[in-house]
Amino acid sequence: MAVSTEAAAPDAAAGAGGRAPRPRRRTGGWRTALTFWYFVGPFLIGLLVFTYIPVVWSAYLSFFDARNTVTPLPEDFVGLGNYARMLQDAAFTDSLVTFTVFAAFVVPLTFACSLGLALLLNRVRLMRAFFRSVFFLPFSCSYVVASLVWKMSIFNGVRYGMANSVLDLFGIEDVPWLFDPSPPWYWLVIVSLRLWIQCGFYMILFIAALQQIPEHLYEAAYVDGAKPGRQTFWHITLPQLRATSVAVLMLILIAAYQAFDEFYNLIGNQAYARPPLMYLYTTALGTQQDLGRGSAGALILALIIAIVTVLQGRFLGFGNAEEK
Amino acid sequence: MVAHSNNRPSRRALAALALDRRRMLALGGLAAGAGALGACGSNTGRGSSDGVNLYQWYHQYGEAGTKEAAEKYAAAYEDATVSINWVPGDYDTTLSSGLLAENPGDYPDVFESHLNRSMVDSGQIVPLDDLFDGVLDDFTDIDVKRNSIDGKIYGIQMIDDPQFLYYRPSLLADAGVAEPATFDDLAAAAAELTTSDVKGLFLGNDDSATKLFQPIVFSAGQTLLTDDFQIGFDKDTVIAGALQVKALHESGSLLIGAPTEAWDPSSIIQGLCAIQWCGLWALPQIIDTYGDDIAVMPFPGFAGGAQTVYNGGWSTFVNAKSEHVDEAKAFAKWLWIDNEEYIQDWCLSYGFHIPPRKSMAANADALAEGPAATAVQISQDYGWGDDPNWTPTMETAVDDMMTHIVLEGADPSAEFDTAAQTIQTELDSIFG
Repeated sequence: MAVSTEAAAPDAAAGAGGRAPRPRRRTGGWRTALTFWYFVGPFLIGLLVFTYIPVVWSAYLSFFDARNTVTPLPEDFVGLGNYARMLQDAAFTDSLVTFTVFAAFVVPLTFACSLGLALLLNRVRLMRAFFRSVFFLPFSCSYVVASLVWKMSIFNGVRYGMANSVLDLFGIEDVPWLFDPSPPWYWLVIVSLRLWIQCGFYMILFIAALQQIPEHLYEAAYVDGAKPGRQTFWHITLPQLRATSVAVLMLILIAAYQAFDEFYNLIGNQAYARPPLMYLYTTALGTQQDLGRGSAGALILALIIAIVTVLQGRFLGFGNAEEK
Repeated sequence: MVAHSNNRPSRRALAALALDRRRMLALGGLAAGAGALGACGSNTGRGSSDGVNLYQWYHQYGEAGTKEAAEKYAAAYEDATVSINWVPGDYDTTLSSGLLAENPGDYPDVFESHLNRSMVDSGQIVPLDDLFDGVLDDFTDIDVKRNSIDGKIYGIQMIDDPQFLYYRPSLLADAGVAEPATFDDLAAAAAELTTSDVKGLFLGNDDSATKLFQPIVFSAGQTLLTDDFQIGFDKDTVIAGALQVKALHESGSLLIGAPTEAWDPSSIIQGLCAIQWCGLWALPQIIDTYGDDIAVMPFPGFAGGAQTVYNGGWSTFVNAKSEHVDEAKAFAKWLWIDNEEYIQDWCLSYGFHIPPRKSMAANADALAEGPAATAVQISQDYGWGDDPNWTPTMETAVDDMMTHIVLEGADPSAEFDTAAQTIQTELDSIFG
């Protein structure tokens, strides 16, 4: 798509001006193409080698009984057997349910928190850069490091864990935050960690969008008698943020589908909080090394993500939102 | 305008410089690319000497001095140059991808692991029967069985690690509790020993429910799989045991969410629990803290069943892909079958492990008295070992069943049926 745009541009320019000598134009085109490939090539090669080829290879493996091997023999062909086994596998279908619960918590919360932070910071006049940096900073922290801090220091299950020390002040007994699913306190740990890391990033996107809203809209609304606050937020700010909101929602949802690090580091491979990637990881890459079933599961998951993303795009009008 | 200003000498020099810079960038890019590609080809990991190079992989042992010891053994071997890869973190995953690698040096020639049938089915390891000529009887039945598939031995047991319960006799005496022999006694003792600061029992954080599945099965005298590869345990036994574990979990006397897992003795050392599940390896560390005030016991029996001890450990294997299979086998035999000095050093100088060869275990003075002697005794009397036909998929199925029943209160019968179905599907796909 980018290639055709690049190639079309010089022709269009020549058509309009019509004065550029032919040989030079050809050299320019060649040079532009070279520059284009020079910059895009390495990225494209990386994408091909590390993404597209593995995806195709994974699709190939998903039709074989491929344990401990990435080059199965023809007699190991099992057709759709791996897909059938994954779809009948309670652990895999449960992991999809776990993900749905996780997304139900994390998507609206991340959206609301990052939008709220952006609105607050957009109004702050004092030390603006400082506050922006402070809220953005956690985004640069690795999930692994944050998970260890959350697990070992804040939500440690013994008496000297930070959260339990606070509860202790009120005479409440120690809570095993992560390893007792009833009540499911582990969601508090997982969701709070993800909020802490992610909100700053989406907040920056929202701040950028907020600054694009023309001031005269608010002035016109004021003249028409709209009260600043809830009224202008619902009728001006939110509709103007539509394109950004849709993109942010999709990004949060896809990021939620990719959740792995914090589950792996906080809880490990537990039946009650095992997202799809965790299960696929243990199936394909852990001790099981069943790359056939792992690949089938990965493709099922990819299909679900694609369908949800398309539906969400249709439903929320991603892509045509900007034109509106 | 641009052309004009470019004619000025200084600008021309600058333009030339810019061009040079651009050209430099291009050349630099090409050089970097060539370097990167070259690195792909040349990193065969071979040493520069003409002799045989072997690569030996270990998981990261927790005890201080173990890595240096492994390097010392490697350096002492004269028939090949042995390089050690000491793998921290998730060893199983690193090893699995290492075994798929194609270039010498990227994969191990000799590695420690636990035998699984899929390693044999996919041709990853070679049989080592010839290395055991004349010494097979010197290994325990448990160790021979866990390293054998279809009558061939693939692994050499390096260390035996029985796992059991550690407790402090003084705490039990203060609470007026005797050493528990049944699971109900254990639950009662744990409740009695629990105070506002100390929990009665620590079995693990993420596996306190799941790790008791196998004790339930072996306590009833059953097995995971029968000799003809069918499910070896029955529904009533498992459900009854799981419900006992559930009651223990609901009693509030279990330590859950400790900063370290149960393989690390920190919880009992820091006084977070009175009784802890751990392995023999931790004994020296625990004795450093509590001196004589430490004892060990087998895991109590479930519902009238026997007491049990899980005999863990590590084995050494030889990679079938190795360019030097014979040399790798010779090294494995030299280090882990014949070399009593190093085997005793490995088993007794850092953490404690039982030397797998009975003749060497008999010579292990450090294991001759006190809690260590008890540990050796109970591992012989009540021990069971891994079954290489029991796959990780089957283990995940029963782990999930235990989690659902014990922690989430799911219907035990339905959960058992789901797990049994998953295991049967796996058995059919392997043996069917």
